[in-house]
Amino acid sequence: MTSHPKNSRSSTRLTGAAAVALATVAALVTGCSSSSDNTSDNPLTGGGASGDGVVVGSNNFAESILLADIYGEALKAKGIKVTYKPNIGSRETTYGLLKNGSITVLPEYNGALLAYLDKKAAPKTVEATTAAINSKLDPNLTLLQPAPAQDKDSVTVNAETAKKYHLTGQSSIADLKDAAKDLVFGGSPEFQARQQGLLGLKSVYGLQFKSFKALDAGGPLTQEALKKNTVQVADVFTTDPTIAKEKFVVLQDPKNLFGFENVQPLVRKGKLSQKGVDALNAVSAKLDTATLLDLDTQVQAQKKDPLDVAKAWLKSAGLG
Amino acid sequence: MSGFFDLPSDLQHSWLGLIGLHLREALLPVLAGLLVSLPIAQLCVRFRWLYAPVLGLTTVLYAIPSLAFFVVLIDYTGQTELTVMIPLAVYSLVVLVPAIVDGVRSVPQETLAAATAMGFGPVRRYVQVQLPIAVPAIIAGLRVATVSSISLVSVGMLIGNQGALGNLLNDANIYHRPELAVNSVVTTAALAILADAALVLVRRLLTPWMPHGTRRRAPAEAADAAEAGPEPAVPALEDTVR
Amino acid sequence: MNVLHFVNAFFSDSAHWHGYDGIPTRLIQHIRYCLIALVLAAAIGLPVGLVTGHYGRGGNALAFIATAGRALPSFGLLVLMTIMVGFGLVPVMVPLVVLAVPPILVTSYESVRSVDPSPVDAARGMGMQESRILFQVELPVALPLILSGLRSGAIQIVSTATIAAYVGIGGLGRYVIDGLYQRDYEKVVGGATLVAALALATLAVFWAVARCTVSPGVRRSG
Repeated sequence: MTSHPKNSRSSTRLTGAAAVALATVAALVTGCSSSSDNTSDNPLTGGGASGDGVVVGSNNFAESILLADIYGEALKAKGIKVTYKPNIGSRETTYGLLKNGSITVLPEYNGALLAYLDKKAAPKTVEATTAAINSKLDPNLTLLQPAPAQDKDSVTVNAETAKKYHLTGQSSIADLKDAAKDLVFGGSPEFQARQQGLLGLKSVYGLQFKSFKALDAGGPLTQEALKKNTVQVADVFTTDPTIAKEKFVVLQDPKNLFGFENVQPLVRKGKLSQKGVDALNAVSAKLDTATLLDLDTQVQAQKKDPLDVAKAWLKSAGLG
Repeated sequence: MSGFFDLPSDLQHSWLGLIGLHLREALLPVLAGLLVSLPIAQLCVRFRWLYAPVLGLTTVLYAIPSLAFFVVLIDYTGQTELTVMIPLAVYSLVVLVPAIVDGVRSVPQETLAAATAMGFGPVRRYVQVQLPIAVPAIIAGLRVATVSSISLVSVGMLIGNQGALGNLLNDANIYHRPELAVNSVVTTAALAILADAALVLVRRLLTPWMPHGTRRRAPAEAADAAEAGPEPAVPALEDTVR
Repeated sequence: MNVLHFVNAFFSDSAHWHGYDGIPTRLIQHIRYCLIALVLAAAIGLPVGLVTGHYGRGGNALAFIATAGRALPSFGLLVLMTIMVGFGLVPVMVPLVVLAVPPILVTSYESVRSVDPSPVDAARGMGMQESRILFQVELPVALPLILSGLRSGAIQIVSTATIAAYVGIGGLGRYVIDGLYQRDYEKVVGGATLVAALALATLAVFWAVARCTVSPGVRRSG
């Protein structure tokens, strides 16, 4: 084992293998980093990347990704350099990334954003909502024009529960008052800790549910759990195509807990040119709830790629 | 768009691109783990009392679930690949340090004495005698670390599309396209098996003195996990697969 | 940021100690999932490993199954199963069992195979049946290694059961996932601490079981 020839042979083998391994690693590092540099943007180096371009982020649900694609493509049509950072997570995360400049533009919903910034605010108009948000917003951030399109969180019951407690589309969330203690509520993990969520349902409507099941942000888990009656009440987005399909009943919100939920771009100041601002405001002007529902259906039910849907709509609206 | 390889645009990668990304996120940490664990293991061989506390510390680190590790790191390293790779490197240490220590320790005393008698200094003895003899054990550790690393990268999806092939899982959910989840699982498993087979091949090349192929029938070359002669570390390693 | 501070805040908040989201509930849920998964994995891995080890055949096939099992990504399997089967316990059990079977299978096979052949031959010479040889001669000697396989399966299950929270299941992973989406580091760190503590407690349980069940003779020689 320790005779010289054998040793030197095994050590040349070792060196050879080490060289192969090193070459592989080098290929991995260089080869793949070039492909990821222009795509996944690193927040640590984000300052540099977003200096000459705009980073459009999105939350972790289908509509947010679609809206981000619409914003991004509208900006690209005006010759602005855009990179996407899709599917980041909840608002609790994306707001922080906007603040530290890792992302420049994010599709937001005005009422939910306000509730995140100020638990007590209850504005009566869209304008008042925008004003209230701007007063609470981080000084580096600003809101552009809101779109007429709304997509609200909602308190939605499945057909079975609606039948059991005689609930219809005209019923109010308050009508759950007596039943709540027997019902399991399903929603995103963040819904549990939000004013526009379990906290508000308790303080505004006095509802205390039997328990809360953390699922996803109005996504397939929530739909499935509601369908199978694992949860009886859930937070479903009002533009969700499955509401009609599964005969879910959305309850009225007379105390306006879920407020206005207009789609509205939230941007970091100074990173977006006036040309870009105009482009996004033009998008907002054309985007109404019916359009949004139609685009959502194309993505979620007809399984079209959100980017294609975004491009096609921008083109038809004269913005692409 | 409903084909197996039609990836949604928000992934920003082709299927092959995701594979490259996945391999990078999985293999670089193992390599880093190997580079760090070699000196640590040597220290543990040198100073026997060190081994128990080192083993204890790595066991505790290993008990931290990967997701929690990722989330806590976000504050320091952002929602980046690095955040996924650091925990994977730490987990690979847990596998590699004992594997190397056992491998180096398994070198017979007479062999070391013979090397010393031939005038080998400690460094030369380590590089030319101890390490080559420990190769089977080290490779066994690398196989375990590599396979589990490839599997764990997928969890990075939860911190904002940092899970390479795992990112397909979220899109399978939000776009109601189960075939994307199948793609993710099958591709990841195939990568793990290929990486494992590649390491077996590397061991064959590095240890030409070890008997192989004579005792067994030819097939199942890639899968001779527990059987390939003196691989003392394998059963012990089962402790640390994640 | 001080991790210990978060741990302290998490455990001293009385709201974390009761209700459906309280620590006792989540801990019991977590332990329940782990026990079910471990029992299922042992029910598959132990008999197959012991019998193949006893007859010394099928090692290659076992090794291949073990490699394939390890190669399957747990998280991917969890999401895939949830999409296919729907919401519930089954999609959580599949990845956990797939995860734990390989170590149990390989160690039980190895442990029986590595038993010194001379007592086995002696038993056979005395006219013992194969099943008695397996249970009365081989098993006691192989027990420490078998337990170590079960232990590593159990540790992996405890740690991996955390990700089950992503598909709406309870357990300690709830704190980690909820904390991620609510940006609540107290919950993340608290949940991680609980999981790590449970993993270490599992180690301790297996150590105690080994002390009580492994025959003193085997322990001395091992």
